[in-house]
Amino acid sequence: MHNLTIKQMSEKLHAGEITSVQLTQHYLDRIAKYDGELNAYVTVTPELAMEMAREADERLQSGTAELLTGIPVAHKDIFCTDGVKTSCSSKMLDNFIAPYDAHVVTQLKKVGMPILGKTNMDEFAMGSSSESSYYGPTKNPWDHQAVPGGSSGGAAAVIAAGLAPMATGTDTGGSIRQPASFCGITGIKPTYGTVSRFGIVAYASSFDQAGPMTRSAEEAAWLLNAMAGFDERDSTSLQREGVDYAAELNQPLKGLKVGVPAEYFGEGLDPQVEKVVKDAIAEIQKQGAEVIEVSLPNKDLAVPSYYVLAPAEASSNLSRFDGVRFGYRCEKPKDLQDLYTRSRAEGFGAEVKRRIMVGAYALSAGFYDAYYLKAQKLRRMVRDDFTKAFEQCDVIMGPVAPTPAFNIGEKTDDPTSMYLADLYTIPVNLAGLPGLSVPAGFVNNRPVGLHIVGPYFSEAKLLNIAHQYQQTTDWHKQMPAQYQ
Amino acid sequence: MSWEVVIGLEIHAQLTTNTKIFSGSSIAYGAQPNTQACAIDLGMPGMLPVLNEAVIGKSIRLALALNAEIGRKSVFERKNYFYPDLPKGYQTSQLQYPIVGKGTLEIEVDGVKKTIGVTRAHLEEDAGKSVHGILPGMSGIDLNRAGTPLLEIVSEPDMRSAKEAVAYARKMHELVQYLGICDGNMQEGSFRVDSNVSVRRPGAPLGTRTELKNINSFRFIEKAIEYEIARQIEVLESGGKIVQETRLYDADNDVTRSMRSKEEANDYRYFPCPDLLPVVITDEDIDAVRAQMPELPDVKRARYMAEFGLSDYDAGVLTGSRELAEYFEAVLAATGGKDAKVCANWIMSDLSGALNRAGLSISQSPISAAHLAGMIARIQDNTISGKLAKQVFDAMWNGEGSADEIIASKGLKQITDSGAIEALVDEVLANNPSQVEAYKGGQEKMLGYFVGQIMKASGGQANPGQVNQILKAKLGG
Repeated sequence: MHNLTIKQMSEKLHAGEITSVQLTQHYLDRIAKYDGELNAYVTVTPELAMEMAREADERLQSGTAELLTGIPVAHKDIFCTDGVKTSCSSKMLDNFIAPYDAHVVTQLKKVGMPILGKTNMDEFAMGSSSESSYYGPTKNPWDHQAVPGGSSGGAAAVIAAGLAPMATGTDTGGSIRQPASFCGITGIKPTYGTVSRFGIVAYASSFDQAGPMTRSAEEAAWLLNAMAGFDERDSTSLQREGVDYAAELNQPLKGLKVGVPAEYFGEGLDPQVEKVVKDAIAEIQKQGAEVIEVSLPNKDLAVPSYYVLAPAEASSNLSRFDGVRFGYRCEKPKDLQDLYTRSRAEGFGAEVKRRIMVGAYALSAGFYDAYYLKAQKLRRMVRDDFTKAFEQCDVIMGPVAPTPAFNIGEKTDDPTSMYLADLYTIPVNLAGLPGLSVPAGFVNNRPVGLHIVGPYFSEAKLLNIAHQYQQTTDWHKQMPAQYQ
Repeated sequence: MSWEVVIGLEIHAQLTTNTKIFSGSSIAYGAQPNTQACAIDLGMPGMLPVLNEAVIGKSIRLALALNAEIGRKSVFERKNYFYPDLPKGYQTSQLQYPIVGKGTLEIEVDGVKKTIGVTRAHLEEDAGKSVHGILPGMSGIDLNRAGTPLLEIVSEPDMRSAKEAVAYARKMHELVQYLGICDGNMQEGSFRVDSNVSVRRPGAPLGTRTELKNINSFRFIEKAIEYEIARQIEVLESGGKIVQETRLYDADNDVTRSMRSKEEANDYRYFPCPDLLPVVITDEDIDAVRAQMPELPDVKRARYMAEFGLSDYDAGVLTGSRELAEYFEAVLAATGGKDAKVCANWIMSDLSGALNRAGLSISQSPISAAHLAGMIARIQDNTISGKLAKQVFDAMWNGEGSADEIIASKGLKQITDSGAIEALVDEVLANNPSQVEAYKGGQEKMLGYFVGQIMKASGGQANPGQVNQILKAKLGG
């Protein structure tokens, strides 16, 4: 059953050929069989999943089901889930059970998608390899030596390994697109504000954006339809009603103007990755698109800007984890200061502490102008680059990451090289634009994605391009042998 | 050489909204601890603030009343620090772009008017409360107050005496209540005044200031500042230095005491809150608020003097609060608007006295404006005398009904039938022949004696004017 497309699953569910209970049980069985090794789930919720599957079957029988009713889903462990542990892969929240659902969880519950569990990630979404998880690293299903990317590495891995048909992720600096690229699946980060942040444990609020992680672009469009929408509980949520992200899927690509920034193909890009990406662009060109060269001159300012602003916001967002009301509290604090210091020192991992310190420093008196304000200026310059580029082209294409998935442990001692894993994705978050990763080939048996970035609200267009590309390619259909 | 006193005030006015500034929790005072704190107030993971838009209109009201600049694009920022009653680890406040900018407030001390500068007023959320001494060996945290909307009104250091500072604080207190943006309840902490006090030689740069906090009455604010001025001068004159610190006022001993000084200066690491959009205020927003502005106290006071012929003092007392002014205007309107002075007197003497004794505010008055007006109308049409009115007033206070009901049930109606009064006069004169002789012998003061006897005989109900008139006619005849 896990080899069916979502469309086939949905048809069979609606036709009564399979039930959601059967489908959900099938995935739970696969999780039980494979996840001990893969470590893609932090929490599996069999009882909740089966209860929801039974309810979905009732809806399917009563004729009130929607397209995705009965299709199981795995949520990144950053989405608060009523009654289920939401850990953000941190010791700090190892004991945290939210009494509420994130907006995304609510939306997918309404559709009737059984929750299989919560997927592993970098601690508090800070990382590009899912190695900073308190629960240990997730492995890449294509090669257990390799990382799945991050921070939504668990989500990408469960899709690639067939341990969930659909998954949710979040992307602050590339955390949907980079693991999608590393695991050979499709993932889209929508325009900032498209999906409500309510109930998503905040990392860097002005960047955080949730999105779907699926096998195909068509499936991503369907899941995004369910996830997106205005939510009055998030002041940065966009009021755009009635958008159908699947509406443009079948548009031909003839006349599409694809911008290829020279800066994205320079030093640091693995030549084999470059070839995969260029071949993919050539394929899209073959379908009638016109390829032109564009320039994003301030690309190199993006990573430094991001690594001031995101930690600055994080240093404040993570202040609430103080051992007072919820989460980890150190044993036998001798006074208030001790309670704060030890709870935080013991509850947070190294990368989280590093970013809190960097962020607090950037905001501190005497450094604010030199770091925070300067970084905000760079952010505007990076955004303006895109605005200018989109005067010449409809979308921009390039690599998602400079390399295929790297080995577990390869970069853990070198934060800067880890940060550079996101140099192509971060500019998109700085600008708040939508960006997508679509499977485009392999390098040394490790998947590589094509990055497609568009102007604000161009999600349907990006999904259309990826869908058309997937009509003539089968990269997204491939599965690692041992998980078939 | 003399010393010059420099005082600036920071006033935290709690805005009268139903719910918190960033959540839907109630802000009603006095609830059981932590029963008015939702997941947002608790700073739970993933929770986001949503601005309660009611605070914007209330801020614009204050800006208009102070002739202040309005922040057309004000920005919420995070003030980061750790404290157990600060759930998120930061307070959402405004720093660089406050909602209310520079304005002024005019005060009057001993007949001299002075304009005090208002630097700014910004919106922020209140913190919760740490509760000590209830749980053995532990401190409790009550987050009911966390997220309560505050407008922090910051003055320029323009005040030169404790009296000026208190006049400013009182004026602001009166103003926010008039505007309906704050209930002004100092006991419940709805209106908190922090005073920054320093002294210097005239012409010298500003001296080091101390901050006086948590004083919940104007009288104590004045005494605390007076004490602090004297203390600072004494320290400086004996060659000492003022330490910048927060001091608390000990009302029992009338002294200020140093609060344990903070171990280190806090770096609050302010930055714009990414969860909230800037608040944009348009001309239309301002016009809409302007159209709803109540008459302000200074304007009302001038109108009472011009329109009703009241004295400066009377007008000042009656406009002392919006409720009192509304009560007065209701009484005046219900009595036909003829005799403002009589209405004012009843309200300012009998009613205010009774309210003070009972510890009630005008809005809690057992005598409604309609009832008081009904009584005054019966004085005006001679149904009762001023003296009888006191009895009616007491009965109304005790809840015995309207003036007319009380007059009827107690038979307090004034005797104005001249025949009946004549009979009473005759009776008294007949019973006191020796006093009549004395009067006729030139002792005119006996007249008062007769009047007293006649009034007594009538049970106080005879019209005093008529009694005098008839008595004089009889004696003279």
